[in-house]
Amino acid sequence: MIEIQNVRKSFGSLEVLKGIDLTVNKGEVLTIIGGSGSGKSTLLTCINGLEPIDAGRILVDGTEVHAKSTNLNKLRSKLGIVFQQFNAFPHLTVLENVMLAPRKVLGLTKEKAEENAIKQLTHVGLGEKLGVYPTRMSGGQQQRMAIARALAMSPEYMLFDEVTSALDPQLVGEVLDTLRMLASEGMTMICVTHEMKFAREVSDRVAFFHKGVMAEIAAPEALFGAPKDPELQKFLAATH
Amino acid sequence: MFNTALTLADLGFLLQGALMTLAVTAVSVTAGTVLGIIFGVVRNQVGPYWGAPLTFVLDVFRSVPLLIQLVLANAFQAIAKLGWAPFTTSCVVLSLYTAAYCTEIVRGGIASVPPTTRRAARSLGMTWWQDMRYIVAPLATRVSLPSWIGLTLGVMKDSALVLWLGLIELLRASQVLVTRLQEPLLILLICGAIYFLISFPIARLGGYLEKRWSND
Repeated sequence: MIEIQNVRKSFGSLEVLKGIDLTVNKGEVLTIIGGSGSGKSTLLTCINGLEPIDAGRILVDGTEVHAKSTNLNKLRSKLGIVFQQFNAFPHLTVLENVMLAPRKVLGLTKEKAEENAIKQLTHVGLGEKLGVYPTRMSGGQQQRMAIARALAMSPEYMLFDEVTSALDPQLVGEVLDTLRMLASEGMTMICVTHEMKFAREVSDRVAFFHKGVMAEIAAPEALFGAPKDPELQKFLAATH
Repeated sequence: MFNTALTLADLGFLLQGALMTLAVTAVSVTAGTVLGIIFGVVRNQVGPYWGAPLTFVLDVFRSVPLLIQLVLANAFQAIAKLGWAPFTTSCVVLSLYTAAYCTEIVRGGIASVPPTTRRAARSLGMTWWQDMRYIVAPLATRVSLPSWIGLTLGVMKDSALVLWLGLIELLRASQVLVTRLQEPLLILLICGAIYFLISFPIARLGGYLEKRWSND
């Protein structure tokens, strides 16, 4: 369970998160929608401890992310995150990209890590690309590799930060299919996305962020069918 | 064809000088690179403000002509009664000189690794050290290598200046022979050829590594 309690965060004088309260249960798929600058991506990087917070707290399975005593590196192996940029390690092959962290962070043997990496890469449809360098692949393939790389750590939660935003339109589908597959397998997921159709399909709940505030949260039918918040109504009208 | 007084023993004398050039270069480039990596990482970690004193010192080593540095260092070690041999003084000065340049090369190499790539490594649970070791170091090395090869070749040739401290390296050995035999053209040709023979493999090694690493 991820518990976000009254979290505030500023960059300089700009407050990007103005007291967010949100609980994500095991097995749940939550999508976060909202305009740019609404704070939704910042929230994800805060959950992972990549960004410090100014007030409030975030608990992952009861462990406070930003407490000094928390071993962040250990916690992060529980929380997979995939970014908008694919962030492949360009000097490593696809297989090595996926094997690196399990070997160095989890201490798996080479054989174990390789077996696991091949399994994850096959799962996302890259079983034929093991020895290829990432820069030789399309954006969609690189992004699926990044997903496999995060999955190879056997995370309990997956955070997706606008993972299709940097992709050519024809490549968006293959990545969304991968996310749908994970959702159907019961992975707990928080997806920040601009893909409304996708959000509607896969989510248990959808949250709408506006100017650092969670303006509305509801089941997809309710949120898309009968939006209450006026900003959300405007946002949905603009995106359709 | 050539009527020369140059003997085999003289050639041996030149090669001894070349060995001294190699020794000074090897020690200085090794020590300078290690220091340069440490300083480069430190400068990257602490930012421009806290790194300012270090940057200033390194700027001094980059701006003052090497010859002046050598002569001053030799004078200071005598005043301070350190009792350093000319070889030691030469290596210390050349190491710091190399380190000053190497720091910038390393800093640039580290800066070339996109922060997003590093963030991805950290998000997988890798520690700062693991990120440095497995992601930053290999990527930065690829970027820095051509400049580093250039620096090494430069230091190798600049090491000729240690003759002012009385070390008989390749250039000084040639001078001695020129004075004795009065055959400057031939001797300097041989001297130049030896410098080339030392440089060429280093330059080729750089080219080879660049090619090997160009997987993308």
